[in-house]
Amino acid sequence: MNLMADLIPAGAEIFLLVMVCVILIVDLMLAESSKIYTYSLVMLTLLGCSLITVGTHTQGVAYAFHNMFVDDLMSDVLKLFSYIAVGTMLVYSRSYLTVRGLFTGEFMVLTLFALLGMNVMISANNFVTLYLGLELLSLSLYAMVALQRDSAVATEAAMKYFILGALASGLLLYGMSMLYGATGSLELGVISDAIKHGVPNKSLLVFGLVFIVSGLAFKLGVVPFHMWVPDVYHGAPTAMTMLIGSAPKLAAFAFTARILVEGLQPLVNDWSGMLIILAIASMALGNLSAIAQTNLKRMFAYSTISHMGFLLLGFIGGGVEGYGSAMFYAVIYVLMTLGGFGMIMLLSRAGFEADTLNDFKGLNQRSPWLAFMMLLLMFSMAGIPPTVGFYAKFSVLNAIVQTGHTWLAVLAVLFSLIGAFYYLRIVKLMYFDVPQSHEPINLAPDTGLLISVNGLSMLLLGTMPGMLMSVCAVSVQQSLLLH
Amino acid sequence: MNFLDIVFYVFAAITVFAAMGVITSRNPVNAALFLVLAFCSSAGIWMLLEAEFLAIVLVLVYVGAVMVLFLFVVMMLDINLVRLREGFWRWFPFGAGIAGLMVFEMIYVLGARQTSDTVHAVTHGADYSNTKELGRLLYTDYVYPFELAAVLLLVAMVAAIALTLRRRAGLKTQSISEQVQVQAADRVRIVKQMSAEGTDSATRK
Repeated sequence: MNLMADLIPAGAEIFLLVMVCVILIVDLMLAESSKIYTYSLVMLTLLGCSLITVGTHTQGVAYAFHNMFVDDLMSDVLKLFSYIAVGTMLVYSRSYLTVRGLFTGEFMVLTLFALLGMNVMISANNFVTLYLGLELLSLSLYAMVALQRDSAVATEAAMKYFILGALASGLLLYGMSMLYGATGSLELGVISDAIKHGVPNKSLLVFGLVFIVSGLAFKLGVVPFHMWVPDVYHGAPTAMTMLIGSAPKLAAFAFTARILVEGLQPLVNDWSGMLIILAIASMALGNLSAIAQTNLKRMFAYSTISHMGFLLLGFIGGGVEGYGSAMFYAVIYVLMTLGGFGMIMLLSRAGFEADTLNDFKGLNQRSPWLAFMMLLLMFSMAGIPPTVGFYAKFSVLNAIVQTGHTWLAVLAVLFSLIGAFYYLRIVKLMYFDVPQSHEPINLAPDTGLLISVNGLSMLLLGTMPGMLMSVCAVSVQQSLLLH
Repeated sequence: MNFLDIVFYVFAAITVFAAMGVITSRNPVNAALFLVLAFCSSAGIWMLLEAEFLAIVLVLVYVGAVMVLFLFVVMMLDINLVRLREGFWRWFPFGAGIAGLMVFEMIYVLGARQTSDTVHAVTHGADYSNTKELGRLLYTDYVYPFELAAVLLLVAMVAAIALTLRRRAGLKTQSISEQVQVQAADRVRIVKQMSAEGTDSATRK
């Protein structure tokens, strides 16, 4: 075994782990008032990880650690977007958390541990590593939700998240054990080959598949496994909600793609039927329930459910178009979510959460630029051209129409139209209503720049989506379909 | 059915019985003790599969350490049993119906076609060491998951400390640096005591 050949593809993960340990120790020495140094170290770590991920990129697919770890184009692209998402989340939440006394070293260390979990999930090629990555991510997130100890809502949210998450992990593990029993392996490629050559007990396979899809649905938060999403999104401090809603969705996409497409492609007829039910139910319930919400965080939670349903449509479409558009949708969804929650944090101040619809009334009079950015984000979430949300929805729909699921595309458009109502309601509140508070909005230069970049990227990517789309298509083709 | 099969079914039956006991017993202490029984009988099943090391670790770690700690916690907490059982019977038919349906479906899917002829436990000779094999695999093929499990434990430690450490005002804490720098003069104060006349109680025998 050549050790160096194993270590190089996993360079970013190893660097991340070493830096987490360094930050853990350095933070111990720092006073409460100088957490800015920890923050800078975290940012440097993210930068270093990005450089290493780009630097260790190789043509084709590289395996390491006895095929437990895979380094391919899809994993590199998704990892880079995860670093961006985590970095953006940290910039947005710095002042928000500082005034609430939550900007601690533990918060940043747990964020990096969650990122490590995501990286492991994205690069996993074996059920054991997939599961361990998922647990690493989830465990860090449970703790982060509970970090605000004096808040009863946050504690309740953490409890619900933890118990339902443990249940989902149990379902997933049970399904994995069934697949192991049927195929005799935990490695995705070997499982796929074994199923292709025929296994003696197909009912055992499909039985395991049901549990795996249920576990995945729990983690993605699609109906009927969505119950934790609104409570956790609402109860957690907004910075934690932003983390839960953004980068982990990229990891969840990779997780689903690796298990269902790379490992269980021969069972595509079995799982695409299950996904159709999940997708329709999520789009229906997510969009309809979001209308009734007055709390913006809860509304975003239901909107997440509907977006995840839309993402599953890409998996139903299949092929380069289907999986590529699902990946594109996941990336765009993350960018939109970052902007949406970022706006809530920008408008919040000490002792005040700007998380109800009323807080956005007349935002145009208070700050026209912020209102315009929010308008772009909302247009993108609703899927209105020329923002990128339109193109993301369009490419997914295109993929499923090509495979003959026209009725499914019609349903998806219908539910998206219903969904457009609650996004446009925010735009109406911002531009046509009278502000309820005249508190000045003090924008720090870093967050002001970031929200502008975030909002304008919706427009920019919307006018030229071709490059990102082709990156997604090529990476999906290289990583999932050429095996 | 040979002797090993009988032993397996005995252990399996005890495990299922104990697991039922965990979720049905009224007293949390009884539930915890049932869980201990379930662990012990599962260890027996692992022993039948020649996984001796895992069986012993299960008993040592779970029964010996985790469950004892758990029992302490259960005994220290003041759990209101009446409130816990509130609404149990109202939801019982609903839950039992769903559970029954799921069991029926699982038996229907797996039961009839699942033959025990296709799957056998692997058996080894007397010179086979389960511990050695596990150790070899853990540090070669599975070194990456093994490291990840270690990171998971680190996260658990960080999270536990982050969630429970409170810095309260007026807490009596040790100051290590002051303890190290302590001088003999700080510890012992020698007081010269004049012995008064007539109170020589120490010398009287």
